[in-house]
Amino acid sequence: MRMSRKIDELVQIQPAPAPEGPARSGVEQLLNMQIDRRTAVAIAGTALAAGAGLLNAAFNPFGAPEAKEKAKLEWAEFFQGNFQLMSEDEKSDAVRRLERLYELESGKSIRVSADGPRERVLYGYAFNVSRCEGYMDCVRACIQENNQDRASNMAYIRIHEHQKGEINFEHATDDFYHEVPAAGHFYIGTQCYHCQNPPCTKVCPTQATWMEPDGIVVVDYNWCIGCRYCMAACPYDARRFNWTDPVVPEEELNPNQHYLGNRLRKKGVVEKCTFCIQRSRNGQSPACVEACPTGARIFGNLLDPDSEIRWVLQNKKVFRLKEDLGTEPKFWYFMD
Amino acid sequence: MATQPLTNDPGYANPSRWRIPYAALREFFFDALDEATHGSRTYHIWMASLTFLMCCGAYAYTTQLVQGLSVTGMHDHVSWGLYISNFTFLVGVAAAAVVLVLPTYVLHDVAFKKAVLIGEAMAVAAVVMAIGFVVVDVGGPARLWHVTPMIGVFNWPQSMLAWDIVVLNVYLVINISVPFYILFSHYRDREPNPRFYVPAMLMSILWAVSLHLVTAFLFAGLAARPHWNNALMGPRFLATAFTAGPALMILVLQVISRQTDYKIRPETIQKMALVVTVAAQITVVMTISEMFKEFYFPTHHSMSSQYLFFGLHGHHALRAWIWTAIAIIVVATAILSVHKLRRNSWTLNAACVLLFLGILIEKGLGTVVPGFIPENWGKIHEYVPTGTELMVTTGIWAGGAFLFTILAKVGVAVELGELRVSPEND
Repeated sequence: MRMSRKIDELVQIQPAPAPEGPARSGVEQLLNMQIDRRTAVAIAGTALAAGAGLLNAAFNPFGAPEAKEKAKLEWAEFFQGNFQLMSEDEKSDAVRRLERLYELESGKSIRVSADGPRERVLYGYAFNVSRCEGYMDCVRACIQENNQDRASNMAYIRIHEHQKGEINFEHATDDFYHEVPAAGHFYIGTQCYHCQNPPCTKVCPTQATWMEPDGIVVVDYNWCIGCRYCMAACPYDARRFNWTDPVVPEEELNPNQHYLGNRLRKKGVVEKCTFCIQRSRNGQSPACVEACPTGARIFGNLLDPDSEIRWVLQNKKVFRLKEDLGTEPKFWYFMD
Repeated sequence: MATQPLTNDPGYANPSRWRIPYAALREFFFDALDEATHGSRTYHIWMASLTFLMCCGAYAYTTQLVQGLSVTGMHDHVSWGLYISNFTFLVGVAAAAVVLVLPTYVLHDVAFKKAVLIGEAMAVAAVVMAIGFVVVDVGGPARLWHVTPMIGVFNWPQSMLAWDIVVLNVYLVINISVPFYILFSHYRDREPNPRFYVPAMLMSILWAVSLHLVTAFLFAGLAARPHWNNALMGPRFLATAFTAGPALMILVLQVISRQTDYKIRPETIQKMALVVTVAAQITVVMTISEMFKEFYFPTHHSMSSQYLFFGLHGHHALRAWIWTAIAIIVVATAILSVHKLRRNSWTLNAACVLLFLGILIEKGLGTVVPGFIPENWGKIHEYVPTGTELMVTTGIWAGGAFLFTILAKVGVAVELGELRVSPEND
């Protein structure tokens, strides 16, 4: 009874207005105080470019033009502001820089998008505990799709193998190397629940992580300072830190990227599941949903009364984990 | 040299006639530099050793900068370790200056007057170290400008870390500017004007309390970590701070008394010992209260304490540490609670050393690390700091000691009347 009331409440939540950011950010925003924004951006841009050029000319008189361009792009990237406060032009500059930088480094081209949320969409996810058999295809697909660090075996999804008779994560293991499904066991996957009341975004000192209007909790990898307060605040182990430079082999790189999603990360920043924002904002399902061989994973628009996720919420006996914390996950579990 | 009260200066009453004494300031800085770079053989050996440790720390930090935080023992499950532990502890040491400031400026207790400048120097060194530990802990120190108010995006008042940045920096500014004003006035043979410094000192009292409370709230606000999500966190932080901070100060004041002509009266030490004793007794009571709650009817939320005190599923890296800490805190508290032993300088000093070490372990390894163990889904991934991490930590401590020594040496020289402005520059 109580459960269904809470779901209804959540489903009726309208797409939140864009989070109200603070007034200024970045060098250009500071300059903005005296002069109008466009001029400030132009001046800042010119000054930065000139500075970078000067530095480069000083230290690298015989440098290749590519090296100079790279230094210039990296310089500009370092001084860019928080993504939430960027104008459309600044966003497209930021993604063009990322594309060009990768091209200069590897000779290969990638496509980085900065597409915003779709209208009247709030994403939700359901996990069928009866169906999951622990094959881990979701984990593999997620790593490939999201360009996660191969060196440290980073994974957003954890599959916990439980003994039949109880749901107790302390007695379960996510570190199993045997044939699945194992007799007498069942499987539960955990990942970022994209809480409607996320404790992780509240604690971020720089607003480098936030909930988008379509309900996806994202990180601006350029703005994150790597203090890891969000990792301490998350009750679900949803966040990962790049303890060193992440390694993604060129041949395995997914070139279809999103600024807030699977673009390449640097060392010293936090990352997490984004419901495959590069896919979901294109109308596709996340890679884990598509990869699951048993159909245990369901994804969709909570605001669409005809969606599969709404059917599950209305017709199955669903539950969420650690509900007592009031985080309002948009991630439900159910059994057939 | 007769001290001439500033209030008798005809120019003083008229703000339009206030001007910055550039020549005197210049001379002060050169005199201070001179004082800091000259001293006894012991002084030079002390400073050289600290410099060596700082260089080792700097070297270790460059390897961390190049390779990333993977050179530390931290990982995705225990994502804060030795650095944040030390930060937490040092914030307490910084806040402890209030134990000297409050009696001096509010209760006008003359016994503390000489010790207060030393206490403030210690607060400055502790805050600088605390900030240092945050800087070495972040993944992108070059991007720290993102948390600068006005230039970056400052998530205030939502994020407790943003609050902590504010309180730390304001506390640092107060504790630099007021002692500087007082010393500089003495340097020019004038009485500092209480109308300037007393309000600032009163503010520093409030600030010291909020500094440590805010740091406790940084942890206590996280519902995800039951070990920290605890209303006693703030008061307990204050109690341990007023134990460890003044304990360290008692030891340092005695060293200064012995090494210089700046004599701290035994009465001052005894009054501080009383503060340490009461704070240590409160700490013990709070520890008992916490342990009762965790172990009388252990729940899922007691797992971290279970791990900390008794080990869990065969993992017990912190067990020996926490029992050592508790044992030495209890023994030291018992020593201090006996008047005769507290008045004996040998037992008093032993108790202060024990309390400092005990709280360093308890606040560091016993508070921050077990909050992450077991992790969110009940698995145990332990944490052991690496050599690099220990070297960086030692380097920052050496830097703090270096800074404190300079501040205290210059302060003592001014207070003893050894440093005075030359008449042509005044």
